[in-house]
Amino acid sequence: MTSARARFGRLDAGTRVALVVLVVIYLAAFLAPVIAPYGPTEQLDIVGLKNQAPSFAHPFGTDRFSRDLLSRVLYGTLVSLSVATLAVLVSAVVGTLYGLVAATAGGVVDVVLMRALDALLSIPRVLLLIAILALWDPVPLWMLVVLLGITGWFEVARLVRAEALAAREREYVAAARSLGATGVRIMFRHLLPNVLAPVIVTTALNVGNVIVLEAGLSFVGIGAREPAASLGTMFQDGTEAFAGTWWGALFPGGVIVTIVLCFNVVGDALRSSLDPRQLGAARLGTHTAHLRVASATAE
Amino acid sequence: MRRLVAVRLLHAVVVLLVVATVAFLLIKLAPGDPFSYESTSLTAEVRAQLRAQAGYDRPLLEQYGRFLGNAVRGDLGYSQLLRVPVTKAIASRLPNTLLLMSLALSLSFAFGMLLGVFGVRHRDARAGRVTDRATLFVYSLPDFWLALMLLLLFAYWVPVLPAGGMVDPVMHPYMGPAEALWDRLKHLILPLTTLTLLLTAYIVRYQRAALLEALPADYVRTARAKGVSEGAVIGRHAFRNALLPMITLAGLAFPLLLGGAVFVEKVFSWPGMGMLVLTAISVRDYPLIMAAVMVAAAMVTLGNLLADIAYAWADPRIRTR
Repeated sequence: MTSARARFGRLDAGTRVALVVLVVIYLAAFLAPVIAPYGPTEQLDIVGLKNQAPSFAHPFGTDRFSRDLLSRVLYGTLVSLSVATLAVLVSAVVGTLYGLVAATAGGVVDVVLMRALDALLSIPRVLLLIAILALWDPVPLWMLVVLLGITGWFEVARLVRAEALAAREREYVAAARSLGATGVRIMFRHLLPNVLAPVIVTTALNVGNVIVLEAGLSFVGIGAREPAASLGTMFQDGTEAFAGTWWGALFPGGVIVTIVLCFNVVGDALRSSLDPRQLGAARLGTHTAHLRVASATAE
Repeated sequence: MRRLVAVRLLHAVVVLLVVATVAFLLIKLAPGDPFSYESTSLTAEVRAQLRAQAGYDRPLLEQYGRFLGNAVRGDLGYSQLLRVPVTKAIASRLPNTLLLMSLALSLSFAFGMLLGVFGVRHRDARAGRVTDRATLFVYSLPDFWLALMLLLLFAYWVPVLPAGGMVDPVMHPYMGPAEALWDRLKHLILPLTTLTLLLTAYIVRYQRAALLEALPADYVRTARAKGVSEGAVIGRHAFRNALLPMITLAGLAFPLLLGGAVFVEKVFSWPGMGMLVLTAISVRDYPLIMAAVMVAAAMVTLGNLLADIAYAWADPRIRTR
């Protein structure tokens, strides 16, 4: 087993920087209650400290309610990261279960489950989320997490099913079955460990995408909202009057872009090191999965 | 081939049925209905009357049947916001989205495929790495963020371009033909640039992956062995085979062509399909929201269907099966 440090050293410079930045951002966000100079909704001085440009006292400036933007961005990152991380966890659990059941059951169950999956995949995620969030408006934060989670597991289910189908043919599964193991036991004891690694990788890398998705929803006013404002909410808030006070949109937006960029850099490196045979194909993630399915059914 | 088309068509129908059911259930499960808004002039009796008029007092199964029947006949309901049939509302916005998206998609497919070939051709050189990095950077930008930054840059700080809309709201009717055309173009530049940048990055990554996947193939080795130049190996031999995944990509992009990009349209106030949906949501225009979801799903299904058929048409290995 190579040590973590040795592995880290073998990565190229860009990937290392991206990893470090991600760790710093995660730490800063989760330490927000400790390191943030002010509260996220604290109005410092509505007369004297309104719309202040960045300065030493307020590195990111203040907004039109005289709130300290650095503190707000720290808390907003916390909200964005928590929502996205929890949502991809929900997706991972639901998708893994669905894919495992389809692969273990096989036959008609598998066909029906996969057709249903096709139908679900054909509804554009953004539009579905917009519709649901608007119809149930206002949606509490935990519900937003659940919604992002249950609209994001389709690709995971496909991945898990494909991996589990391959694992099902192995000898140790046949051995377990001949020893009288039940379908449920085979599913969790023998198939699950085999699909876990790719699920964890795709799940982790999806955090960046979900942050953008949530930010987009918040940007049109139906995602996270005060007092639990996310980076997207703040970016939207900052754009309201942004020609004069550019810092209001720049810093929350900048953090979003940084996080996503880092996730993509790490993702590219991870995928090409997992699958050096084809430097490119796996990089595409979801869409190659689609391609794979298309060519798999075709062969 | 015919059998494949038939099977795919059947799948598409099933998919659409499931989507319609989901859309119906969403509406029914959601709290309230179009007549539950607060109003002092609306008495309980009037509300009940309105509901009965719309058929909302019938059993759920009957409502479902009528919804499906109407949808099949192309009747998606009546928009409360615009006071016209939903289909008409969609038809009035569709050309705007189509204009923007067809331009954006053609440009990005052209740039994307060129840059993809360029990046792979020079993959070990500096130019290739720069292309690669730049692509990844643009690929990572959220669409609404890039749209706003361009807006800020070119409409506020260096005010050379209009901030939104399709034409100048005041002066356009009084312009001569040439001036009017220039006015339209000016309004098109920013949304078109945003979309083209993002889509190009997407396509470059796809094209690059497809090319790299084709490179270890035997025919590439044969081509190299008989002395074909590296440019021709990639630009001709690998490129043709890398075109197949482009079909899938085109299928995936198809819904974008008609559905538009919600966030970009919002930022530039482009009066297309995406804006229509957002407006519908802000005033809770239920039939319009649901129609939008269903139309979008139909587009995705149609895109996949067309891609599958095109794939079979282009790739004999699939066709002969």
